[in-house]
Formats: sequence, C-alpha cells, structure tokens
Amino acid sequence: MRYHTPATFEEASAIAAGATGVTRFLAGGTDVLVQMRADIVTPDDLIDIKHIPGVKDIVQEDDKCWSIGAAVAGAELTAHAGLCADWPGVIEGMGLVGSTQVQGRATLIGNLCNGSPAADSVPGLAAAGAEVSVVGPKGARQVKVEDIPTGPGRTTLAKGEVISGIYLPPRGKGGGDAYLRFIPRTEMDIAVVGCAVNLRVVGDKITEARVVLGAVAPTIVVVEDAAKALIGSTLDEAALETLAAAASAACKPINDKRGTIAFRTDVAGVLARRAAKIAYDRARGAK
Amino acid sequence: MPLDSKTTGFKYIGTRPDRPDGIDKVTGKARYGADAYAPGMLHGVMIRSPHAHAKIKRIDASKALALKGVKAVVTRADFPTGLEGEDWNIQENCMAGEVALYDGHAVAAVAATSLLLAREAAKLIEVEYEVLPHVTDVDEAMKPGAPAIRAGAADYSVPEGLHPNVMRYIEYGHGDLEAGFAAADLVMENTYKTEATHQGYIEPHACLAQLGSDGKGEMWVCTQGHWFIRRMSAAVLGIDVANLRVTPSEIGGGFGGKTTVFIEPVALALSRKAGKPVKMVMTRSEVLRATGPTSSSSIDVKMGMKKDGTMTAAKVTMRMQGGAFPMAPIDSALDCAFSCYNIPAVHHEGYDVLANRPKQAAYRAPGSPMAAFATESLVDEMCRALGLDPLKTRLKNASREGTKASFGPTFPRIGLVETLEAALAHPHYAAPLGPNKGRGVASGYWMNWGGETSVSAALGEDGSMTVSVGTPDIGGSRASMALMAAEALGIPYENVRVNIADTGSLGVNEPTHGSRATYATGLATIEAVKQISTKLCQRAADKWGIPAEAVIWEDGCAKPSGLNAGEFPPLTIGELAAEMGGTGGPISGHFEATPSGHGGSFGTHIVDVEVDPETGHTSVLRYTVVQDAGKAIHPAYVEGQFQGGAAQGIGWALNEEYIYGADGRLQNTVFLDYRIPVASDLPMIDTVIVEVPNPGHPYGVRGVGETGITPPLPAVANAVHGAAGVRLRSLPMSPPRILAAIKAKG
Amino acid sequence: MTLIHVTTTVNGDEVEFLADPRETLLDCLRDKLGLTGAKEGCGTGDCGACSVTVDGRLVCSCLVLGVEAQGKTIETVEGIADGEKLHPLQRKFIEHAALQCGICTPGILVAAKALLAQNPDPTEEEVRYWLAGNLCRCTGYDKIIRAVLDAAAEMREGA
Repeated sequence: MRYHTPATFEEASAIAAGATGVTRFLAGGTDVLVQMRADIVTPDDLIDIKHIPGVKDIVQEDDKCWSIGAAVAGAELTAHAGLCADWPGVIEGMGLVGSTQVQGRATLIGNLCNGSPAADSVPGLAAAGAEVSVVGPKGARQVKVEDIPTGPGRTTLAKGEVISGIYLPPRGKGGGDAYLRFIPRTEMDIAVVGCAVNLRVVGDKITEARVVLGAVAPTIVVVEDAAKALIGSTLDEAALETLAAAASAACKPINDKRGTIAFRTDVAGVLARRAAKIAYDRARGAK
Repeated sequence: MPLDSKTTGFKYIGTRPDRPDGIDKVTGKARYGADAYAPGMLHGVMIRSPHAHAKIKRIDASKALALKGVKAVVTRADFPTGLEGEDWNIQENCMAGEVALYDGHAVAAVAATSLLLAREAAKLIEVEYEVLPHVTDVDEAMKPGAPAIRAGAADYSVPEGLHPNVMRYIEYGHGDLEAGFAAADLVMENTYKTEATHQGYIEPHACLAQLGSDGKGEMWVCTQGHWFIRRMSAAVLGIDVANLRVTPSEIGGGFGGKTTVFIEPVALALSRKAGKPVKMVMTRSEVLRATGPTSSSSIDVKMGMKKDGTMTAAKVTMRMQGGAFPMAPIDSALDCAFSCYNIPAVHHEGYDVLANRPKQAAYRAPGSPMAAFATESLVDEMCRALGLDPLKTRLKNASREGTKASFGPTFPRIGLVETLEAALAHPHYAAPLGPNKGRGVASGYWMNWGGETSVSAALGEDGSMTVSVGTPDIGGSRASMALMAAEALGIPYENVRVNIADTGSLGVNEPTHGSRATYATGLATIEAVKQISTKLCQRAADKWGIPAEAVIWEDGCAKPSGLNAGEFPPLTIGELAAEMGGTGGPISGHFEATPSGHGGSFGTHIVDVEVDPETGHTSVLRYTVVQDAGKAIHPAYVEGQFQGGAAQGIGWALNEEYIYGADGRLQNTVFLDYRIPVASDLPMIDTVIVEVPNPGHPYGVRGVGETGITPPLPAVANAVHGAAGVRLRSLPMSPPRILAAIKAKG
Repeated sequence: MTLIHVTTTVNGDEVEFLADPRETLLDCLRDKLGLTGAKEGCGTGDCGACSVTVDGRLVCSCLVLGVEAQGKTIETVEGIADGEKLHPLQRKFIEHAALQCGICTPGILVAAKALLAQNPDPTEEEVRYWLAGNLCRCTGYDKIIRAVLDAAAEMREGA
C-alpha cells in the first residue's frame, strides 16, 4: 500500500486519477481503517488529506455561511459554540457517530463519502441544504450533499474526485433544526432509523421545512410530503399526524440484523414527530 | 480430617484491602495473552471455512509457501489420528478434518515472519469445498429431513426414532406429576426460547507457543485453566502432558469461554513444523465466529399452582444445540430449572442437539440462565394470573435445608430464603413506579464446583509467605487468597504474596470456573499454610524442649499452649523463619484434593425498566442484586461478581444474540452488532451480600461468580411485562420485538 | 513494501520506529515501542481498549495509522503515573475495586483522564456517555463510574 501526504487537493486528485488499483482517501480513518482490518478493502493507494492547509478550519464567512474543512473531527464540531448555535441538528447528528474516541477523528465528509444509508450526519446536512466542493481532474464543482450518495457504499464521485470542503448556508432568522435516531442501546449502534427536520418559522407559523430520513432506504430520503405537511402549520396535532404518515410512507427499508421493515416504518413516523417538535422549539427560541 | 472452621471474629476476612496486582493493572504493566514476544517468533493466522457445512475436497498451500517469509502451513494432516470421545471432538474443532462444520471452522493455518505477511499468505491458501445443506436452529435440527451433521454419533441414551442430530437424551424426576397437576387451581404451560450469546470477554484468545521436534514445548496463553489447556493440547498433538509447560498470562476475561482450547494446539503444531516460536492472536470476528458461545435453547415448561401460590407440580422439556458437537449443558440447565422450589412432583427432559454452529463452551452458570428464563417467567405469569406477590410466592415454595432438590439430593444449609427475605425488605421493592415503568423479580441458582486443586506455600527467610496457586486471577482472587492465608496464619495481608504458578510447578488444578477458586483454591491455601504453622510449632517446640502438642499458633506466633507448657515468650514467624535452615530445613506446605464441600449460591434480583411505548426501547432504571456468598472474603470483589453477572444477563435479555443468515453464516461478527451493554446503558447496580456460611469451607465460602447471570433474564422479561403489558418469551427482547408485541396487543 | 520512518513523542519521550503504512498506531506502540498497555479488543473502534490521546485528543489507536503519528504527541496509560506516584484515577480504581480482569482498565484510565481534563466536574450521566466507547464485560461499570467521580472530586479539591 502506498501512503501519500499531498499538499493540495489538486495533488490529491491527481494521485487518485492516475492510480491503477484501489484508492481511498484518508481523513479520520474511522471507516477506512475498519474496512482495511476486516479485509473489506486493501487500498493500493491511501491518500491522506490531513496535510493540506485549511482542512482543520471552521470559518464563518461574511455572509454568515459556514465553511468547514475536510478533516475537522466531530469533537471539534461539537465544541464549536457558533456552529452549534446555528445548526444544532447537523452537529448533533455528527456528534452521534461512534464513541468519544471515534469523535476524536471522524469527519462529516468521511461520514458522507462512506455511503452508509444510516450515516448520522447526512440527513441533517441534507435538511440544512449543505453543499460540498469537489476537486477533480476536470476542475472543481459544487454539489448538494443529497446528490453525493447513490447507494450503500457508493457515491457520485468519479475517479480522481475528492471533496475539499463542506458548506452550510446562513441560518437566517427563525430557523431551527434537529436530528434524532433510533438505536437499541444508548450509544455505539448504527442508526436503525434517522430523521432530520429543518424549519423556519415566522411567529408560530412554519414557513419553510425539510424532512430527511436515514437508514430506511439505500440512500437518505428527502420527504417532500412531510415538508408539505409542516409548511403553513403551527405544528398542531393534525400536521404532526400527516407528517408521521408521510415519513412512514416514504420508507423503503429492509429487514436486517438491526431492524425489520415494519419497525423502521413505524419508528420513522415517531421520530419525525419528535424531531419536528425539537426543531420547532429551537426555531421559535432563535433570535 | 475435619476442617477447622470459623465464621465470625475475623481479622482480615471481610476487609477491602488493595488487590496485590492492582498497580500492575492500572499502569499497563500487567502482561496479558498478546503481550508476550519471543526472539525470532513467527505470527500464525488461521484459515477458516466461509461455509456453514461443507466437505473439504482439497487444500493447496503452494502459493502461500512460495512467499518469502512464510515458514509453515498446517492442516489436519499434521495432527495424529486415532483420538476418541471428547479428545476427538476437541481436535476436530481445533482443525477440521474432512468436513467444515460451521462458518469460521479452522481448516488450515500459516506461520510467517510478520502478521501482515501471514494474513497475505492466508489469502493465498486455496481450499476447495463442496457445500452441503446446513441447519442452525435447534428445533429445525431435530425435524425429519434436517441435514445430519454426524450420523451414528448419538449415545445410548437417545430413544429410537429421533433425528441423528440428537446426541443425548436425559429424563428424570420424582413424584406423581398427574396428581400434582390435578391438585392445582391453575396449570400454565408455555414455550420459551433463548438465542446463543457469547461470553464477550474483551481480550481475544492469544498464545505464544513453542514446540520442538522432540515433543517438548512451552506456551504462554491467556486461559482460565492452564492444566486443561496442557491436557487438551497434549491430547490433540499426541504428546505427554509433562512435556508441555503452560504458563498463564493475566487474563482479560473468560466467563467459561477460556477453559478450553481453540488456537493453542494449532500454534504449537505450527511451531513444531517451523522450528520457531509462533504467536497467534484471534481477531474479534474470529472470537465471535469460532470460539465457544453458549447454546441456544427452546424450552417447554409447565407448572401447577394452588390459589394460595403453593406449587404442586412442574415439568420441563429443554432442547439445546451446542454447535456441531455434543455436550450442550442440558444437564445443569435441567438441574437448575426448578432448584429454587420445593415441588412434590417434578419431571425433566432434555435433548442435546447438533447444529452447524461453533462448539459451545461454558458461559457463566451454563444452562442455568436459560432454565431460569423459562421457569421464572412462567412463575411470574402465574402470579399475575392469580394476583399473588411474586417474591412472597417464591418464599412460600422456597428450597431450604432438608428440601429434596428438584434434581434429587437433599439440600444442605442454603441461603435462598435469606435472599428472598432481603429482597422483600429492600427499599427497591417498595419504591413507587411511574407510567411506562415496570418492576420484575426473579431468583436463580448455581450449584458451584470443587474440582482438582493443588496449592503450595513456602516460607520466606524473613517470615513473609509465598503462596503458589493454580487458578489464574480473573477477578481479584489473589487478594482473596492472600486474605485467607493471612487470616489462617495471623500475619499481615501485605506479607503474603500470591503467585499463579505454571503447570510445571504444581500438581493438577482445574480452571477458575464453576465459581470454585475462592472455595477450592482458598480452602487449599488455608490448609497449605496451616501445614506451615504446624511445622513452625514443631520448630518452636524443639527450641523450647517441649512436646509439639504443647505449642499453639496464634497471631503469627508460636506460643506455649498454656502455663503448664512453660513460660516462653512467643516466637514470631519471622524469628522462626530466620533460623529454619539450621533447625530442620526450609519450610513449605502443600495441599492437594478434589474437595466436594462446595456450597451452591442462590440469588434474587429486582429490576425496574421503562419501555418507550412508541419504539419498544427499554431502559434499565434500577437494579438490585441479592445473593448468598456464604462468607465474603473480599466484599468488593464479591459485589463485582454480582454486578458483572447482572450486566451480562441484562445484555442477554435485551440485545445480545447470534444472528445467522439463511446461508448459515454469522451476520454479527463484531461488537458493533453483537451488542453488549455499554456504560450509558446501565444504572448503578446495588448489591446485598447475604452470608449463610457453607459448612464445607473453613470460613464458610460459597462461590459467587456464576449465579448472578441467572435471574436477570427472567427479571427483565418480568419488568418489561410490567412496563409495557406484553409478555415476551423469546430472547433477546430487542425493540422491534417489543414494539411488535405492543402493536399486536392493540 | 517500503517501511516509513516515523519520529514521534510518546509519554514525553521522543521515539522513532519503522512502520509499514498498513500498521496501526496500536500495532506500532505495542510491537515496536514495547508499550503493551494499550490492548486490541476488537480492531474496529468499538471497544476502546486501545485508547490513547494524540495531541491531547482521545482516539482509538486501532483507528490511527502508525505513519500518522509523525510529529505528534501521544499519551498512553504508561504515561499516566508520575514515576512511582500514581494518578488519583489509578489510586481510586484500585481503592474502589473498579477492575476485575483489568483488560479494559488502561483504555478507561486514558479516556477518564481526557474527560476530567475537559470537564473536571462531570455528572454520573456525563461520565457514562463519555465512557460509552470503553467496553467492560466484568464490572457492569458501577465501580468504574464511582472511581472516576471520586477521583474527580479529589482532583477538584487539590486544584
């Protein structure tokens, strides 16, 4: 295995584009090293992006949007007061990935690129409207988070493409987001169902909403009908019931060692309700 | 010879000193199985079957052997033939012969100069399989048409007409069952099932093995019992036991799973072939796939009860699979099933069944948790139906001294009643419960064990004592042995050093299993050091010119037994030791026996849970363990056994299970999906140590390590019933199952 | 396969070793530096027995490559005591009988020390959630949590 420490993303991209065997990028390593140990993947080229300037930075730009480096660890995100105040749902999703030790290394971009349908950070990122910058042989492009995963372990990234950063839009007034997941224990499990809700309110009325489910389909599911149930409402019981029904209806889960189809479908509705309430309270409490 | 016993007035017993190996273990200095290194050592890696059941047609290691740095490959052909009985079972399990019997079954092994190279070489070993039909479920394995895993291997006990996968059949009981059920006001009958679970020790199996072409070898290994490892390895390899010296490392958990061999004979075989030491360490997925989880079970239980709670009759049928080999623990499971109760008529029936799963090994009170799940759940269901208090009903029927046990013998002095009374009186039992919360209680039993024991003690020149024992220190036992030695000699605890000796240094010792170490090694320690005090009394007598009978040992000194013996100031152990070379020679004591005075331990647990009615998620809110320790030598380590057993039982009840796919392969091979309790899953676990001394031990000790895992399975199920109004009879009670039950109830 | 030369600081000492890039930091600490305190319990970041800190951050050393240690500062269990003077956490673990087999103890001590450096007065719940990635199969965690809370109290008094 060749181990590379490029100094720029362009260099990282070129190494990957020119490689002939199995290539993996290394940020936190909390997926790649596990897969190497389990003989699921043995990279011929391992490209460590942590020597590239800016990968550990969290910056709030002038327009209040957030720019997060590719190697910022979960522990650094959850410790960032400004980011937590603006996007608690995104951060709490990332903060649920693994143990305290895993949080010391795991990254948003790694969680996204691993392509697990149950990834905890991805529903919140998609609900927030996050985007990533992709550097590739044909140059750079900006991609919405929900357009990256295509199925378990698969993304739309082409050979030689590497994600160089992740961006959250400005929170704006009256906004609030939340992420909940169901796991059988209290920690250390992969989400059986995940649900992120991002809202904006004017007074008590919801004016914008996005509801995204995880772990109930081959990729995250952006549930338009669930958003429609919320928009224009004051999160009354009728809206919540329609929301829950829409969330359950949008599930295309499987039976596996973590949950059954029936279970995931039921709990998606339950979590949608609960996450919506938390997001709503945060939105109304926001200045 | 009667054992002097004392149950009160202790100076050291019952205190909580620092364990002697504490500093080593908190500084990282202690050396466990994988912490040994030898110059020139090779690394061994196992090649394992990816099929649940397959004929092994051909193994071609030529590509692996062609790699520079690869020094040896072994297959079954490198092991002797002609073994029989359990020796053959062990050999077959360590290295497959003609057939791979489960997903993960070892079929070959390779040794190379680095671990990375050995792993690469393992991938190059070509194994050609002919896949056979498989069966993993115990009930399916008994049905006509199920694949026969080893035809003709059933023993004489099995009645005609049963499937060849049934290896053993047990039936026993006493009393008039029909009359008993007829006398009942309520007869209830249900089927309960438990899935296989793993002991879950955090340290994977590891050894550093060296075997010469002359059949002489040494091995460093993490094990609960190095004499067992020696005997089994020697049998599998065809060498004499005395030619293999096994040294136990510190052990990172065992719970029964490290009382047998898996990789050890293979590492020795690789070493012999390569001419170098070989280190072999299992990965976690190898541990889960291919060591010894406990059996899964399917249990039918029926009980008759009068309106006032009196039990009139009970009947149980248990089906257990122990993997592709016999000896699933149906014997002890059946013995424990009704052991808590004095029931006039009982009947037991058990089937030991083969399945394409790894060979089961002991897991903390083998069989008893499954049996308790069935009986204690049924008792709870019956108490609910009759409107009776579950603890008072248990107390009403509780086994006591003189009760004819369900498994035959008459109980000597036992402490079940005391645990039930303590539980009834405990504030936990009376604490109020809110919505979605429920409380469950259950009792459990483990008979414990004596076993072959050899201990040697040697007096140091300064009066300090070295005690060499043969049971590895898996949970603080060095402290307990030192306390018992200190008590017996009347010398400070700090002056006793306990060593775990290797197989070349002591007579045979059984493992630290069966909750026997504090009892049997402890008893032998007391006797061994008393031999020393007896000899010291003789030396004092010689010095004083009085008969030995006129000298007593007290508070670490030899003293004249009374004024008539003479007025001599006491001689301390240190003073006598300083002269011993010239007064008769070095002084040692030893004791060997297979003691049979072990006393069983009963326990009663109380648990509160909260169940989220919308998701089926269960939280354990409060847990209390009440258990009889006989005499708690070091109470903190007794409490630790209570708490550890409860935690494992909670995991077994709620989330732990072996999940096999339709292809017969294990699906959850890492801790991510083999879900043991984490720190945030559990509350503090309160403990109450009941002490009903065991007359068979000088200080009243009863083993405590195992009983603690038996009540949690039913106690949690009973609590879930209280919290959510649903009765689950199949473990684990994972959220999807609880939610499905809640929805079905409507 | 070319080995990579790594220079790093472990428990205050500058050390160096040659690593195959596939080897983890855990492999390197144990097999090349003789620091066998960190243990492999799972190899997948689920058990925490391999816990160390890298530049002050608590991580699983089985999920860090040895070559990533270049230029970093690493602390292992072997660095917690000050010569023969045990850290309050170590003393409290012995005092509270917070270990039975002891295999999880090094990882838990490293993790608990990292917690108290960040939060000197944690609640029981905070301790439990912080340590959720440190599996213990022997103790049921009760005495471990008590030992950590007691050590925290002692350290606050002395501070």
